[in-house]
Amino acid sequence: MKHLKLGAAAIALMAMAGAASAEKLSVYHWFEYIPQELLDKFTAETGIEVVMDTYDSNETLLANLKAGKLGSYDVAVPGDYMVSIMKNEGMLDTIAEGELKNKGNIEDQWLNVAFDDGRMHSIPYQWGSTSFMVNRDVYGGDIRTTDIIFNPPEELKGKINVLDTAGETLVFASIHMGIPQCSTDRDQLKALDELVQGAKADWASFNSDGAKDVLVSGDAAAGMIWNGFGQKARLEGANVEYSYPKQGYIVWMDNVVLLKDAPNRDAAIKFMDFLLEPENAAAVTNFARYTAGVKGVGALLDEELQTSPEQNPPADAPAGTFVEVCDEATQKVYDQIWTRLKQ
Amino acid sequence: MAEVSAMSEPTAGALEREAERDDNRTRWLLSLPAMIIIVLAAAGPLLVMVVYSFLTPGDYGNVKWEFSTQAWVNTILQRDIFDDTLMWADAHLSIFWRSLSLSLITTVMAFAFGLPTAWFIATQPPGKREFWLFLVTVPFWSNLLVRTIAIQELIRAEGVINNLLLLLGIIDEPLQMMFTNFAIAFGMTYVYLPLMVLPIYAAVDKLDFRLVEAANDLYASRWRTFWRVILPLIKPGIIAGSILVFIPSLGAYVTPRVLGGGKNLMFGNLIELQFGQGRNWPLGAALSLMLMAAVMVSLIWYVRVTSRERSNV
Repeated sequence: MKHLKLGAAAIALMAMAGAASAEKLSVYHWFEYIPQELLDKFTAETGIEVVMDTYDSNETLLANLKAGKLGSYDVAVPGDYMVSIMKNEGMLDTIAEGELKNKGNIEDQWLNVAFDDGRMHSIPYQWGSTSFMVNRDVYGGDIRTTDIIFNPPEELKGKINVLDTAGETLVFASIHMGIPQCSTDRDQLKALDELVQGAKADWASFNSDGAKDVLVSGDAAAGMIWNGFGQKARLEGANVEYSYPKQGYIVWMDNVVLLKDAPNRDAAIKFMDFLLEPENAAAVTNFARYTAGVKGVGALLDEELQTSPEQNPPADAPAGTFVEVCDEATQKVYDQIWTRLKQ
Repeated sequence: MAEVSAMSEPTAGALEREAERDDNRTRWLLSLPAMIIIVLAAAGPLLVMVVYSFLTPGDYGNVKWEFSTQAWVNTILQRDIFDDTLMWADAHLSIFWRSLSLSLITTVMAFAFGLPTAWFIATQPPGKREFWLFLVTVPFWSNLLVRTIAIQELIRAEGVINNLLLLLGIIDEPLQMMFTNFAIAFGMTYVYLPLMVLPIYAAVDKLDFRLVEAANDLYASRWRTFWRVILPLIKPGIIAGSILVFIPSLGAYVTPRVLGGGKNLMFGNLIELQFGQGRNWPLGAALSLMLMAAVMVSLIWYVRVTSRERSNV
């Protein structure tokens, strides 16, 4: 008995020592979205080791957290509409008032947002747009129309990549048709289904994490892409141009959320504060080529970002549309349209 | 006196029974780890799948604990989302058909490349065979994903094959090979080829070449020798190789995902879709069990065929 107690005490001591020497943080993040140097900097400043897994769509994030990963990660980076869904599903923890030292650094326009009023569960990470790019060596005509994806010119047929997520590709199709995102009108839904089923014949692939590579390698001559990721394709040498279509396009904001049952809650709060430092937010923007939602970043950005065609829509471009959260019954119809499309 | 001794000293029979019981207990204890693994790793998860296939899908993935046979009905029949008419789940059936036909094509192609390879290795001098076998197994050292991406580099628009054909002037513009059924079959053939070569090699290695010589002496043509003598003798190796290639092809996931571009789904991808973005876990569970049943049926068919052959001999 005495031995047992001693043993238990020894194990407890060892566990404490272990915790003190290597505090950990588990991050569930989009692929290619944070520079390794920034994670190293966080570890150097706080002594907290960062472990990161990645996903390629908001829907994958939700599916994997639902499949039992909740409780093993501290923070994740869902897009705006996914923050709403995760909040309603009770998957987010609340950040108490005053817990975040740098909360004041959040830009005013991103503080009271519809998907998280008063920023009780999240902080801004980056925001940007979803549209498409066209290889100018292949097609020289007008690209400021969503017809490029859904009713493509002869040159682009069979050479188009679309994002592998219902949340963006079906919403983009709705924008093309000018119908509401969460339509319950059967005729509209049927027309949407027919549109994407018909357009699929002209598409080469469904790929999100490879959306940049297929453009750079020439496997796709046009492809749906996020503006920052697209800029990387251009900087890697592809003769591609980002489009702000006349019909509209998607805007989004990704947010760092505090997950429910986070095993290292303190480390998560420290990480969020770290990301709200202008210097660190700028490092993310310079890497990912989107736009930060943090004050005081401007002067720290690469000069090219100020004038890049991907970040700066032409004056006559319409305002972008956020993805909406549909009610469950409606969402199921969209899920089915997506599943049928993928089949 | 005799009675007392019988009471105090156990009889030989009882001793034997005791020893047997001990023996039994040891046997049970020794087989316990294997039993635990079978229950935990095979039967348990399978049971979970069966249970889940009879539940109702939750709103954003996961399941509700309400009994439903909807998932099983939906594997074959579906209700049209627009006008509620009941119809064949043609998408599932067409994907199953694609998986089946691509797996068959893969098996045939693996055989076409595998037989000459195995024959070549088995007819080398004994000292050199190990080297060639070693070469065949080298690809297994690297991850499946890495091998698949290597294939992608070969067949992409600006890949090795297209550049070579352009250089030689055989084609004017790159052939679209990526993201097609051809790409999937090509990739799977490459990935599973060693599984065909090794069993055929083992069969050819055991082949008694005196029988081939005898056939030649008896004026059998080369073709006839191959068809009537060699093929029947190496048939078990061919069948084993075909099964080893066909079954993993049927459930392949990574190769169709990377080379098929997420557009030409195979059954494995369909199942993944239900657990991921499709958010219909019960349907995913039912489809997985269906795939397992299909594999079981082909295995049972194999056992029947081979045992009938044996009894014929």
